[in-house]
Amino acid sequence: MSAHLLILLVVIPLFSAPLCILLRRSRLVWLLSSLSTGACLLISILLLQQVYRSGTVTYMLGGWSTPLGIGIEYRLDLFAALVALFVSLVGFAVALYSYTSLQKELPRHKHPLFAAAYLLCLAGLLGITVTADVFNLFVFLEISSLSSYALISMGRDRAALLASFRYLIMGTIGATFLLIGIGLIYSHTGTLNMSALQKVLPALTGKASIQASLAFIMLGLAIKSALFPLHLWLPSAYTHAPSAVSAFLAGTATKVSIYALARFIYSVFGKPFVITQEHIGIALITLSIPAMLLGSMLAIKQQNLKRMLAYSSIAQIGYLFLGLGLSTVASVGATITHLFNHALIKSALFLSLGCIVYRTGKAEISSLSGLARQMPWTMAAFTVAGLGLIGIPLTAGFISKWALIRATLTPDYWPLAVVILITSLLAVVYIWRVIEAAYFQPPAPGSTGRTAEAPLGLLVPTWLLVLLSLYFGIQTTVNFGIAVKAATALVGG
Amino acid sequence: MKHHLVLRVVAKLLIPSILLFALYTQFHGDYGPGGGFQAGVIYAAGFILHALVFGLESTKKIMPLWLLKILSALGVMVYAGTGLTSLLLGRPFLDYYALAEGVHGQELGIMLVELGVGFTVSSVMLILFYLFADQGTEE
Repeated sequence: MSAHLLILLVVIPLFSAPLCILLRRSRLVWLLSSLSTGACLLISILLLQQVYRSGTVTYMLGGWSTPLGIGIEYRLDLFAALVALFVSLVGFAVALYSYTSLQKELPRHKHPLFAAAYLLCLAGLLGITVTADVFNLFVFLEISSLSSYALISMGRDRAALLASFRYLIMGTIGATFLLIGIGLIYSHTGTLNMSALQKVLPALTGKASIQASLAFIMLGLAIKSALFPLHLWLPSAYTHAPSAVSAFLAGTATKVSIYALARFIYSVFGKPFVITQEHIGIALITLSIPAMLLGSMLAIKQQNLKRMLAYSSIAQIGYLFLGLGLSTVASVGATITHLFNHALIKSALFLSLGCIVYRTGKAEISSLSGLARQMPWTMAAFTVAGLGLIGIPLTAGFISKWALIRATLTPDYWPLAVVILITSLLAVVYIWRVIEAAYFQPPAPGSTGRTAEAPLGLLVPTWLLVLLSLYFGIQTTVNFGIAVKAATALVGG
Repeated sequence: MKHHLVLRVVAKLLIPSILLFALYTQFHGDYGPGGGFQAGVIYAAGFILHALVFGLESTKKIMPLWLLKILSALGVMVYAGTGLTSLLLGRPFLDYYALAEGVHGQELGIMLVELGVGFTVSSVMLILFYLFADQGTEE
């Protein structure tokens, strides 16, 4: 069976999704989604070990070989295995969390639909990481996007519908751009396989239509990953979605789009064309600076905590693009590390925020006053994950910021290190606002003064991610060691 | 629509042939033009015509929403189940040669997969139509 693990990573959630609709009982559905996401996590751990030991794993769908032109190849290298690992890890934690969390957010008869959409979204995201076919990548991106529109629209208030609709419009434009780009490539090369394209495309880089396809694909995926001027869909989508969905999407959806972007740059078009000839790297760096600064500043201004974390995500996406834009082994390694770490940290933050919303019904900073005394475990989780977001040593966030700063310390790019430090200080400000309100302010005079600690069904998955973020801050072979290896294989030199 | 005698008679004549044509498209799909998606759309069109002429309530008696939800999930499972079958027989996912000897395996595999597509497409089409046709009353 080990030969088929790669396809099972996608097939298990894909098969469980319709099964959820047939089961119809809320508890059974939760059990199934937890089991299948758990299986995905197990498989991705096994696959990472296998890839680490014996190199890239490939799989031909349906047994068709690529030369016939209809074969779809699935390929997992270190980079993809690492992304698949954190996607299924966050997916598992959120699946555990969703049962208790949804009790207050969604009517019971909709739980099977939620689980089905959730598993489809996970299948799509995992599919993007394992596929080696650019059209297949588009299809999986659409599977995950369409199901995430549905997930966001399940939020409690009517604003969720509007937020979901805005995301749908932007997401569809992004997907269309991607498809146009892929179509242009296909019309010139006649193949959709990534490794075949990597061989053929360098000879065609003078053609205007290949250059146009690069522009379309970069723009389409930049919309999907919410790079700074194209980020407008993100804050309201994360704010109004159910807590579990915000946590899942913040940890995985934009990250996987960035993975796809990196794939297109390094494994399809190739670094000489994208970075040296078309200077996409400079463009990404230029956009990442306002993303980091403005994202952090806007995060400080927010009263709604979900919106605050969403703007902080935009700043973090800036870091990721900065690493991609610099395009050295060290910087891409830092980006991969940060993809992994930030997925854990941001999901943990959203999950602990979900605990607060579960008990108080609000996500405003004003409703936090004195909450640390009533919900000590929740606030401790938020604090520890928040320290990770800032990048305090001994947390995972420190590792990736350190790697990123080291990558920027070159004669040409050292001012970028200053920008990173400034945004880290801004992160201290917005995380401190929460800690100050929760720990140092007296409870609001009108409140009853007694809010119970969040139930275990919420605390256990939250702390799972928090503890992992601490673990990966100390034991860095997976998130840093493998990331640098993956970057070396990807960027080459 | 009780007084539209001509419409009702014509619809009664047309609906069976529409459904039959859908089935033809479905099972013809593995060696000629056609396939699950087209068949599903045509099949749903037959029911939509019924709903337009005889009213949504009477169509819902024939094809209730809960059944459609089950069918839509079942279609995906038929598709994925075909793939899993070849996986369980020790071949790659969706390798139809595992299902039967030689070309027959291919034909059987495509037929099963298209059947799954047909189920899901026709039921999702109808679910969409139901949801738009009686807005606000459902759930």
